[in-house]
Amino acid sequence: MLGATGWFLDNAWLIPIIPGVAFALIILIGKRLPMQGSELGVASMAASLVLSVGAAYQWIQRVDDAGGHSEAGTLGLIAGFGRSLTAAQEEGAAYVQPVIRSWTWWESGGASFGYGQHIDGLAVMMLFLVAFISLLVQIYSLEYVRGDRRYTHFFAAITLFSAGMLVMVLGENMIQVILGWEIMGLCSFLLIGHWWEDEANSTAALKAFLTVRVGDIGLLVGTSVLFFGANDWTQENLGTSGFSIQGLSAWALSGEASETVLLWGAVALFIACIGKSGQFPLHTWLPDAMAGPTPVSSLLHSSTMVVAGVFLVARLYPVFWEAFSIPDVSVNFIVVIAGITIVISALLAFVQDDIKKVLAYSTVSQLGYMMLGLGAGAWLPAVFHIFTHAFFKCCLFLCAGSVSHSGSHHSFDMKRDMGGLAKKMPITAGAWIVATLALAGVFPLSGFFSKDEIIDNVGHNGYEVFMYIALFGAFLTAGYMTRATYLTFFGEPRGAAAHASALEAAGAASGRAGASPQNDASGHVPSPGGAADPALEEGRASAGQVGVSPLEDRGVGGLSSEEDDPADPALHGELATAGLAHADHGDAEHHGPHESPKLILIPVCILAFFALTAGFTNAVAFGEDWEQFKEYVEPIAEASDLEAAGAAPRASDLEAAGAASVRSGSSILNDASSHSVSSPAPVQEEGGEEEHASGCGYTAPEEGGICFFPAVSHAEFEWSKAALSLIVVGIGLVGSWFVCVALYSKRSRSLVGLTQRLAPARWGYNFLWNKYYLDHLYEQRIIRSIAHPIARGANWVNQNVIDGVVNGLGIGGRKTGGWVYRNIDQRVVDGAVNASGAAAGGTGHALQPVQSGKVNQYGALLFGAAAVFAIVLVIVNV
Amino acid sequence: MFAVNFFLLAAVLFCIGVYGVIARRNAVLVLMSVELILNSVNLNLLGFSLINGNIDGHVFALYIIAVAAAEVGVGLAMVMLVYRNRRSIALDDLSEMKG
Repeated sequence: MLGATGWFLDNAWLIPIIPGVAFALIILIGKRLPMQGSELGVASMAASLVLSVGAAYQWIQRVDDAGGHSEAGTLGLIAGFGRSLTAAQEEGAAYVQPVIRSWTWWESGGASFGYGQHIDGLAVMMLFLVAFISLLVQIYSLEYVRGDRRYTHFFAAITLFSAGMLVMVLGENMIQVILGWEIMGLCSFLLIGHWWEDEANSTAALKAFLTVRVGDIGLLVGTSVLFFGANDWTQENLGTSGFSIQGLSAWALSGEASETVLLWGAVALFIACIGKSGQFPLHTWLPDAMAGPTPVSSLLHSSTMVVAGVFLVARLYPVFWEAFSIPDVSVNFIVVIAGITIVISALLAFVQDDIKKVLAYSTVSQLGYMMLGLGAGAWLPAVFHIFTHAFFKCCLFLCAGSVSHSGSHHSFDMKRDMGGLAKKMPITAGAWIVATLALAGVFPLSGFFSKDEIIDNVGHNGYEVFMYIALFGAFLTAGYMTRATYLTFFGEPRGAAAHASALEAAGAASGRAGASPQNDASGHVPSPGGAADPALEEGRASAGQVGVSPLEDRGVGGLSSEEDDPADPALHGELATAGLAHADHGDAEHHGPHESPKLILIPVCILAFFALTAGFTNAVAFGEDWEQFKEYVEPIAEASDLEAAGAAPRASDLEAAGAASVRSGSSILNDASSHSVSSPAPVQEEGGEEEHASGCGYTAPEEGGICFFPAVSHAEFEWSKAALSLIVVGIGLVGSWFVCVALYSKRSRSLVGLTQRLAPARWGYNFLWNKYYLDHLYEQRIIRSIAHPIARGANWVNQNVIDGVVNGLGIGGRKTGGWVYRNIDQRVVDGAVNASGAAAGGTGHALQPVQSGKVNQYGALLFGAAAVFAIVLVIVNV
Repeated sequence: MFAVNFFLLAAVLFCIGVYGVIARRNAVLVLMSVELILNSVNLNLLGFSLINGNIDGHVFALYIIAVAAAEVGVGLAMVMLVYRNRRSIALDDLSEMKG
């Protein structure tokens, strides 16, 4: 039964179609449905999840079949535990062909652009992940955005967002990847700017869109470069276009690819990934993207959008592998960018007051880990980190949303409005802590298995410097997450977390709910408490230093909290009258912090469970039997027969179909999949099957052989190495905890105001607070020096050229109009009308005497006329 | 020919009728003139029927007699009403419909 694919694998292309259709339905008829369209979104994601799970199951079956161990019937993740990977390799486990289908979308100049599916372990894993996370987030959103004024549109956009990611994940070629990529860009714009009434939100949406757009240029350039480099080779050897993922992979590893083309293509593609995945120079949009509703942030930061860049690198890994000579060097473009990203974003997370921004920088940092892993040849740990990270990061965001929804009156400011919430919201706090520990990489939780593997493999592959950077990053991660946890769930309640019940008692708690999501999410709170600029922050810190004392229970805020109080009613009243979207639920009935409703808690708990356990799917620490990811997700780097792999089936298929055009219709499906497993069949006399010794990715495959994936090496797990990172993480957790207690609760004199007293600390703080002045650089320097002259030039052209043309046209039009009025309208048209009227009147007058009213005269006329006619008839007939 | 006499008589009667319609002022006389016209037409029909040797003309003549009877009934009723209202049946006075 080699090559039996199964329905789910063959029809995996349906997975993104379902939410795509659901999007259209929600837009068209959503408002008329009983749940205003949200049921369509949830149902479509559930359907996608079912299909994804089916595809994953059948993929596992396929890999098992290919390995020669016909364990049919006892498959699945658990049943697979009993297998040994080495045994499979000894028996000559071959590269398992992905299930590829393709339809021609359009053709232009001989190049055909297709839509299709490329299903392999990576795609299956991502499909499951995206569908699963999207479903949970949508369920969560049912409660979270209930009553929103654009509820239906929210669900439409978030459904399309998932569809975009799914399209990209199973993309068969680069065109499809671009399509999904751009759909996500559009939807992220729509969703981040969901509450666009507030200008900060629409600005953040624009910033996200435009920043990513800068990177997208790289995607287009890279795709084009690779296409022109690879097209001839792929057409000849595989019968696919140079856009095909599989074709590009094989081409990159074939040894015939031009180094220059590969390098520039890979650099351009990686620039796109920098933009999308928020890597170092272009990471600034990610924290601002927190302006969107929390479920959006959650989805955006866990499984879609930002992961797209990482996914692209993982997907076209052979291209990057060859272009950057990953196995041979100890430093390259990707790891440098990733290393910088890990550290700077982790540092930035320390100075954020907004809980979501802490998480945003955390995401940036974790994406840096994934990129680092990919850049250093640790493909599998990086992909595994995508998997685990999605669960705990999504969980963290949903917890943050839960806190703001039920605990802090829609504020996201940890210092002003949170603290001590663990008692009020035990389930949320528990889930948060589990996810935090997973993120920090504490031993049995999922983050440990993925992050530690990245660190380990980075060192193993010769990138020692970056291993230490990653270790430092792990330390920072533990630190800032502890700080966020402490500020949110422990210590004294502050602000909304403490104050709400008092407000309730006073009966003055109106409109507060509406105030927050917009302003606090963007971080530019228009009250002094938000400390939107360094001056205010200094004021606040100095107030703390003077020791306003922890007298008010909102401790940390110090001066700013005091100022905030009188400002409260006015501020909130103003914002409430602004009619902000989120104001209309929950305000009246619950005021004090309390646990969130079930629709919020259930997704959170499910995710926390996965954050706890997802690591065991590739628990290297427990031996090879646990390495499910390695077995099912990582392609086996064996050279396949060229014949079996691609060219021959397609050629024969074309002959059979009698089709002239390459890859038209769904032709390649059956043969490509039925020849799916390119087992070392005795077809080739020269045989690609001898290619055992770590050939792929190091040396070009022999004649007749073809590689689709480089032979990545894997570090041996050693507890001594893991212990190092665990110790680092432990120091981070505990140290940060004590600092937080000392700083925020005991208000130790030696720590509070340190950033004011000590000049280096102050500079460092300001440097971080201003986000390395990158925004300043982009907005003040680059945009001002480039965009402003363009704007001025455009203005001049507008004023002088375009306005001149418009004015000229206007004047000419007026003159023509006047002439037409005077001559044609007045004379010709009116003349004709008047003349016909006059003619009718004159005729009437002339004929009036005939109507004498005398019957005799009428009779005379009648007979006279009859006589005349009779005479005429007689004359005519004679 | 024998039938020509019918036509001559009919023409004479028609002319007398037309003259009566045009020249008479008395409404009853005008109605009588109309009867003359109709009967001249009947004569014509009978004459042609005789020439052609079929009976169509007879049928038509019978129709016309019936219609003439109805017409006279209506006409006389109108004359009666006019007389009651105006004490006169002079057609010259009935010129309110003048244009």
